[in-house]
Amino acid sequence: MTIGELLGIVLSFAGAFLALFIASKAYTAAYAFHMFVFALAGFGSAFLIFKHYTNRAAVIPQEINGRPNYQYGPIKFASLAAVFWGIAGFLVGLIVALELAYPDLSMGLQWINFGRLRPLHTSAVIFAFGGNVLLATSLYVVQRTCRTRIAGELAPWFVILGYNLFIVIAGTGYLLGITQSKEYAEPEWYADLWLTIVWVVYLLVFLATLWKRKEPHIYVANWFTLAFILTIAMLHLGNNASIPVSIFSPKSYIVWSGVQDAMFQWWYGHNAVGFFLTAGFLAIMYYFVPKRAERPVYSYRLSIIHFWALVFMYIWAGPHHLHYTALPDWAQTLGMTFSIMLWMPSWGGMINGLLTLAGAWDKLRTDPVLRMLVVSVAFYGMSTFEGPLMSIKVVNSLSHYTDWTIGHVHSGALGWVGFVSFGALYCLIPWVYNRKLYSMKLVNWHFWIATIGIVLYITAMWVSGILQGLMWRAYTSNGFLEYSFIETVEAMHPFYVIRAAGGGLFLIGSLIMAYNFYKTLASPEEAEAPEAKPALAPAE
Amino acid sequence: MSMWKHHAIFEKNSLVLLVGILIVIAIGGLVEIGPLFYLKSTIETVDGVRPYTPLELAGRNIYVREGCYLCHSQMIRSLRDEVERYGHYSLAAESKYDHPFQWGSKRTGPDLARVGGKYSDDWQRGHLNDPRSVVPGSVMPRYGFLAETPLDFAHIQEDMQVLAIEGVPYTPDLIAKAKVDIKAQLSPDDPSVADLVKRYPKAVAHASLGGEAGPTEQDALVAYLQMLGTTVDFKLFDAKANWR
Repeated sequence: MTIGELLGIVLSFAGAFLALFIASKAYTAAYAFHMFVFALAGFGSAFLIFKHYTNRAAVIPQEINGRPNYQYGPIKFASLAAVFWGIAGFLVGLIVALELAYPDLSMGLQWINFGRLRPLHTSAVIFAFGGNVLLATSLYVVQRTCRTRIAGELAPWFVILGYNLFIVIAGTGYLLGITQSKEYAEPEWYADLWLTIVWVVYLLVFLATLWKRKEPHIYVANWFTLAFILTIAMLHLGNNASIPVSIFSPKSYIVWSGVQDAMFQWWYGHNAVGFFLTAGFLAIMYYFVPKRAERPVYSYRLSIIHFWALVFMYIWAGPHHLHYTALPDWAQTLGMTFSIMLWMPSWGGMINGLLTLAGAWDKLRTDPVLRMLVVSVAFYGMSTFEGPLMSIKVVNSLSHYTDWTIGHVHSGALGWVGFVSFGALYCLIPWVYNRKLYSMKLVNWHFWIATIGIVLYITAMWVSGILQGLMWRAYTSNGFLEYSFIETVEAMHPFYVIRAAGGGLFLIGSLIMAYNFYKTLASPEEAEAPEAKPALAPAE
Repeated sequence: MSMWKHHAIFEKNSLVLLVGILIVIAIGGLVEIGPLFYLKSTIETVDGVRPYTPLELAGRNIYVREGCYLCHSQMIRSLRDEVERYGHYSLAAESKYDHPFQWGSKRTGPDLARVGGKYSDDWQRGHLNDPRSVVPGSVMPRYGFLAETPLDFAHIQEDMQVLAIEGVPYTPDLIAKAKVDIKAQLSPDDPSVADLVKRYPKAVAHASLGGEAGPTEQDALVAYLQMLGTTVDFKLFDAKANWR
């Protein structure tokens, strides 16, 4: 038994018993339940490590027949988890959309009221679906582009399983009313601490894999992944700084208050978009688009500019969520300025992605997976144009607090993050399982149904958002406010129904994808592994 | 071109790349967040802002637990229509004891920064139980379960202690009297209310509907909603002196 395996078993048991001890004195039943989940995970982990020890070969070879012995196990788990969480997250999204159109749908049941389900939806799609896609692709890409087996045997498994444990704790917590009510950072202190541990191991696994690379250069996709991992760590620690009421209580109080807390929140919130939903997925773009199109990245130099400009500027954009609020004007102006400048690196990246297809545009006709990837980049361009527009103070005075924001987020989330993830999964799952994708025709169906869904969704939200914004500020000729608040709410109803229909189509698309993967995995393995050799642009 | 060659140092050394990223991502946050802690103008000078009474704090924790911020902002922007609809624009000072802040980002429902005192306690309770009974067309979920759930305030003093560490002026005396104050704020006719108001100026007592079973979560939430935006007297607020 290696030191790592021994340590893993000891820590698993220690953690499990600590969780049981906390559960025995927990202030609330919900917290005790979470501690039981942790304890169960601890015992399960000890068992799995022992099983791994008894089943594994004495020495795990780094290479087989001169080829790296890539570790695909954790990647397989994460990619299937992404499909599962994606469908769950889209479904909860559909439910909350319907709750806004038909409010008595939740029947006044506390666990499924809008206020508790909405964080479940956002966390499920961003962190559970998006997060598992990022874990799967980043650990695949770093191995392939470094031509080496991933560092560590247990550590990558710990990252994947530990991350999904965090998802379970966070998600069940929302339903039970455990939240710190910071948007996109709802999980309480103990879930945050657990995620911190998982994230540090993720960083170490990633770095250690870079250290044993067989290529002299670190490929551009890995720069983006590294920036994503580091920035998310910084944001997570800054925004979640809190003091728990007691180790036996799920409740904590954020150290920051009022205006400083608002600034911390949107520094975090906007860069969860900038680094989780953008940098991480740009890493996917920089690997999977060239790979699928069988072309090198359009411009190596543009990717350098794209990378540093994006990473530097995104961090500043947060205050555009706080225009005309009690945040001092100087901070608002800075946030707006950088948000507008951010248009440049965003479009630089989009151009780099799209022009990678130069000479291979005909493949869009024949390969629906590539089409999905390319359309995702187009959506990226569209929402990164809309974002700077909305960050302009005078535009924001209309759009803020309305559905326009929701529409903007979804053009990015469904169009960019969703499609680039689906495209990557359609590549990745056949590659790591060594199988041929069951049906291209179904990919085509998925693409079109989801696209129609997105169009319905975002147009409905544009109209409802701008309509409501205009109604709020409408005056009669006598100088009185024209509409009461409730009149503006009632005007939203038809658009909420259309939005739900759009979301429903998007969900149907993802079910088609799941069926396609099910049939793919049920098919026999291919004889020869499809060589996924990256089309690198050599550094000069 | 030679300039691009220098980038190889980042591509060939993961730790150089790591340090480079760390420096680049740190700058924006340092410049935008740092000064908010030392620039005196960040939080306006204004009288009346006080910490929440223990009952209001318990109510606020229910507001936080139910995710009310997802549909209700507590931040009136300095725009004509908002000031006319909701009242004086919000000051940073008004949320200086808010851990976490609840400014919100979406108004599926109206802003609540100054909702305190606008409606009666009965209206608030009826609205929480069944929003459509008082506002037809509302899309708010029903929160009737709050009226049936006993308020758990066994550990409220620990909550206040943590907030005191974080800078909220809860003195040992205020913390010691926390449970007495919760009962006082739910007994409008009791003489102990006068002591409560001495400790927490402008605090208002609300009749509990919990009966024998003791206070409910709805009691606490109503106490919180009814104090929102009521502590600052804007006649005394000098907007010019607080220009930022």
